[in-house]
Amino acid sequence: MTLRSNFDRRGFLRTTGAAALGTLAAPSILRAQDGPIVIGHLTPRTGFLGPLGEYAVMAADLAAEEINAAGGIDGRELQLIKEDSVNPQTASTKAERMIDRDKVAAIVGEISSASALTIAQTVERGKTLFLNTGANSDALRGADCKRHMFHVETQNAMYVNAEGQHLLQNGLVEGKKWYVLTADYAFGHDLLAGAKAFLERNGGSIAGEDLVPTDATDFSSFMLKIRAAEPDLVALNLAGTQITSFFKQYGEFGLDFPVGGFGFDTAMAWAAGAQNFRGTWPCVWNHQIDTERSQAFTKAFTDKYGKPPENQAWGDYMAIQILAQAIRETKGTDAAAIIEYFEGPDAKFDMMKTREGYFNPENHQLLQEIYAITAVPASDAENEWDIFTTSGPLPAPDQPLESLIADAVGGSCSFSG
Amino acid sequence: MTLFLFLSQLLNGLLDGFYYLLIAIGLSLIFSLGGIVNLAHGAFFAIGAYLAIALTPYTGFFGAVILVPLIVAGLGMIVERLLFTRFYRVDPLYSLLLTFGLAMIIEQALRWSFGAAPLAYNMPELLRGQVFMGDFIYSRYRIFLIAVAILAVAALWLLLNRTAFGRIVRAGIQNPDILGAMGISLRPYLSAVAGIAIGLAGLAGVLMAPIVPVHPAMGAEVLTAAFVVVVIGGLGSFWGVVLAAILVGLVKGFVIGIDLPSWSLAAIYLLMFLVLLLRPRGLMGERILRFE
Repeated sequence: MTLRSNFDRRGFLRTTGAAALGTLAAPSILRAQDGPIVIGHLTPRTGFLGPLGEYAVMAADLAAEEINAAGGIDGRELQLIKEDSVNPQTASTKAERMIDRDKVAAIVGEISSASALTIAQTVERGKTLFLNTGANSDALRGADCKRHMFHVETQNAMYVNAEGQHLLQNGLVEGKKWYVLTADYAFGHDLLAGAKAFLERNGGSIAGEDLVPTDATDFSSFMLKIRAAEPDLVALNLAGTQITSFFKQYGEFGLDFPVGGFGFDTAMAWAAGAQNFRGTWPCVWNHQIDTERSQAFTKAFTDKYGKPPENQAWGDYMAIQILAQAIRETKGTDAAAIIEYFEGPDAKFDMMKTREGYFNPENHQLLQEIYAITAVPASDAENEWDIFTTSGPLPAPDQPLESLIADAVGGSCSFSG
Repeated sequence: MTLFLFLSQLLNGLLDGFYYLLIAIGLSLIFSLGGIVNLAHGAFFAIGAYLAIALTPYTGFFGAVILVPLIVAGLGMIVERLLFTRFYRVDPLYSLLLTFGLAMIIEQALRWSFGAAPLAYNMPELLRGQVFMGDFIYSRYRIFLIAVAILAVAALWLLLNRTAFGRIVRAGIQNPDILGAMGISLRPYLSAVAGIAIGLAGLAGVLMAPIVPVHPAMGAEVLTAAFVVVVIGGLGSFWGVVLAAILVGLVKGFVIGIDLPSWSLAAIYLLMFLVLLLRPRGLMGERILRFE
């Protein structure tokens, strides 16, 4: 204790602080060249999007593991710092800490459109890249777009256009009445605007609509309203566990109006079970896609975790691979150089689908094929995962990928503002 | 919106109230007797749902409805013996911290063992589909659910009001010290009450598993509504909690009935606020000396 008496707290901090700075600051130029590359992984791991976040984390771990097993990125080890983004305020605080304290090369993740917006504002100030892997709102690609934010995840317009095509072909739009249930937050509101515009363009009408709180688990009151309205289609703009609640209770009440919708994640179909899952749904990727890389990814994921990957797993796995490719191509982690690369004509990515993907330089949306999955009757399901079949890639091979983002509703994007 | 649909929503809300009741009545019992605010009550609800998934392949759904509450009640008694007993005589703040921690540990344990993604759980084909009662259409499963809930609550009322066991529990709620002076030890009763209360949460878990997503945090979702019911009903009153559950259901149904579904959650908090303003002890809360 004598040591403590003549070496007070301030003195201790001064000395060790200076020493730490000395050791840190001097080789920092060197470190930037050959130290590990640190990526911040920030996504909701609790709450109604938490189940999807868990898949995101599992896939990010798998991607990092594979990259490091193959010798890292240009010989540098890839390190992940993983955090639960919780809500928009916490997401922004944690993003700031990742940028200022952890000096991450980029932030990858997020599912909530509301949190993605606050992260985007933070990375724009911190001049750090953000690869959004799960937030779909058109506004993030429109009025709220940011130079440092890139979207690996599809945007709402792509789902509306793909699902819309399916509904048109099945005669469920023109002259038909829809009952629309919408998740009451940024993502749902945005999707509702897109779905309504689509319905209006194609001569359908609304039989009824409700905003559903994100933490709602009891849908019985909506079931009664849907039954009273007798719609031609029940259209869902729901998110996360809401989708599971809906399916379970729709089956419970024995309703049989056709169901379709624009927001979807395969984990929610699995949680509803073969008995309750029905309809045709758009999705960015699913484990049945018959390409060599999709099947390799599905196998690696299933071997590691004992269950097939969900579309959210694909998103975070893909984003880290894309980032690794950009760091290799630009020979470093400089944000400005990577943005220039992403916006340029040479940045093409293997999306595990039939066509390569590339970023739209005007709003940083990764243009890519998407798919539609259709529920199979419960008796035909071979196991608890293959309770649907997948379509081939959309749009059709003779259509440009740009056709999927036509009629987006989120305003126009300008990176100068 | 037609009058008929409005009445349907009101009735649906009323029926909704019964599943809050299964959770709320146990919360109220544990607090009234032991002075413990059991924030882990929702976590036992989640354990009930997961046990249903684990046991159904062996016992069938109806077997699970009987077995799961017994197992959860057993867990509840173990938790009471190991943990709650140390907190009966101290500031409720400590038990609040204890059960808050317990809830987090259970939730994380479920996440570790079953994963965060919701699990599928099918209901028996027998109970799927709709029934008509006059013009009113309802889910067959929910009628089963409500019947079981009413049966369980009625049995609890008989136990508390028509048996020697119940007399001692009610006396213990009012004045544990005098009960002790009369040579009656409250300890075994405290264990039994914790077992019954937590077992009811387990029962609610099995019953809800076929209709809500089964995921580790599902307990936290029901706990808040159950607390509101307890606070509105008032402590120590059996009928207060029943009345509050019905009232909360009706208010929710009414708000949805007048086409404001996004207000349905806010409305029950508003109800709680009003009740507390007018009757700080809750609707039928008894004056319990220990808590004044």
